[in-house]
Amino acid sequence: MAVLNVNFLGLSLKNTLVLASGILGTSPSLMTRCALEGAGGITSKSCGPEPRAGHGNPVALAWDGGVINAIGLTNPGAKEEVPLLRETKKRLSAIGVPLFASIFAPTIEQFGEVARVITEAEPDLIEVNISCPNVASEFGTPFSASVESAAGVIREVRRAVSLPISVKLAPNVPNIGDIAHAAAEEGADAITAVNTMPAMLIDAHAAKPVLRNQTGGLSGPALKPIALRCVAEIALRVKLPIIGTGGVDSGLDAAEIIMAGATLVGVGSAVWRDGPGVFRRINDELSAFMDQEGYSKVDEMRGMAIR
Amino acid sequence: MKQEGLFRSYQVGEVRIENEKTRTLILDAALDGVQPGQYVMAWLPGLDERPFSISGDDPLAITVADVGAFSHRLTQLEKGERVWVRGPFGRGFSLVSQSHLLVGGGYGAAPLSLLAKKAREMGHSVAVALGARSKGDMMMASAFEGMGCRVYTATEDGSLGVNGLVTAAVEKAYEVREPGALYACGPNPMLLALAAFAREKGLPAQLSFEALIRCGIGLCGSCELPEAVCAQLGIPPGFLVCQDGPVVYC
Repeated sequence: MAVLNVNFLGLSLKNTLVLASGILGTSPSLMTRCALEGAGGITSKSCGPEPRAGHGNPVALAWDGGVINAIGLTNPGAKEEVPLLRETKKRLSAIGVPLFASIFAPTIEQFGEVARVITEAEPDLIEVNISCPNVASEFGTPFSASVESAAGVIREVRRAVSLPISVKLAPNVPNIGDIAHAAAEEGADAITAVNTMPAMLIDAHAAKPVLRNQTGGLSGPALKPIALRCVAEIALRVKLPIIGTGGVDSGLDAAEIIMAGATLVGVGSAVWRDGPGVFRRINDELSAFMDQEGYSKVDEMRGMAIR
Repeated sequence: MKQEGLFRSYQVGEVRIENEKTRTLILDAALDGVQPGQYVMAWLPGLDERPFSISGDDPLAITVADVGAFSHRLTQLEKGERVWVRGPFGRGFSLVSQSHLLVGGGYGAAPLSLLAKKAREMGHSVAVALGARSKGDMMMASAFEGMGCRVYTATEDGSLGVNGLVTAAVEKAYEVREPGALYACGPNPMLLALAAFAREKGLPAQLSFEALIRCGIGLCGSCELPEAVCAQLGIPPGFLVCQDGPVVYC
């Protein structure tokens, strides 16, 4: 029978599935629930230098192609976040599941500061979110938009902390491979690809966008082909392990993104459909697929589709 | 994929005054597939969006307490004005007996009215215990009576029914006839007291909790029931009111 466990940056994970950042916030009990339901790793919701309430409602809607959201980086601020992450880390450690702590900041300097503060919670990795699509009106163009700005953030965070770092990239760039390469040059240990795709839904009867923020990040099935392309492009360009994220909702989806080059597989919007139990289902489906196709380990599938 | 995620626009057909602060908006069309106890998200474009109990499904009716700027605007809507709705969401009540005790605290009566209607349509026996701060806060008592339910009321100032908390009315209803199951909606302390009561009497209980619901689809985590509450209810921590609930089965 196929085994799902995988090594990632010296960590041994029970399986490839990771709760994607932003889903279910930062509560220790919800993070732990996902781990108990079969997530191999957990990523907390991005936290920044200051507390943020986020956007007004509507903040998220399900539609035919998946989910669109503009929550607006709701978080308690890095200092308040540390005890929450510590508690989460304690509970996850007890069941052998690593914690990835996601951070964001409005300036390059503040990325370093937030990373330093969050290090106190001793997460297994810091995921540097430079690609939230929903705060441009406050923070300006995301750092993920160019090679230079992405590299600048990673340089700063690398200087600030010694923990492993992964950088979360945006899909809406013409050169994601170049951006990943620059991040690797600056000392990133992994790449998370991708964040949601900036998008808009309009209610014709209301003649208005449905989200309070007007635009939001599109995820779920509509994002999957975009994520597959991005992961493949990055895998062809850099040697770093990739946390492939975008529209994974089944074992087949997971196999596809691994075949595009991912080492770990982020699961986010799919939690909406089945609740946290989605991890168990995807793991079961992936295992069945591997048995059927004759793969004994996940590593054997990695990058198969881009060779 | 669920198709319930996007909005459908309704017109207000009729506004029913429930009490000093609460109105029921009876809309101009039905909402299919509603389980009593589920909720919808109601949106006024450009303004806000909030969760509301479903108090009727055909036509759709939502009950709104005037507790803030958005709910105030909703209570001011007039016949013919539009409101956008998505849902139904969450896990509602299910009738697990033929003799039911329904307990509503304040505007918690709203989702119970649809449950009572379904139970009475099936010929079940229904007792309803309603609690409110004062007579002016009491709602839907006559509507429940009209459905053929036995109604017991309690007010904290004694202006209507038993003087005291709703649990006093519950005791009274229980003495008259032992129900097969208990269903409740109201503030957390009331629900926790009822959980203890149901445990003591060996009654299955279905308790509908209120929480800060933002996304409504189990993604943002804002509506998590506090761990201490989960512990008191004997359910695992990490309960999402928007999707695992709003009804807790215990």
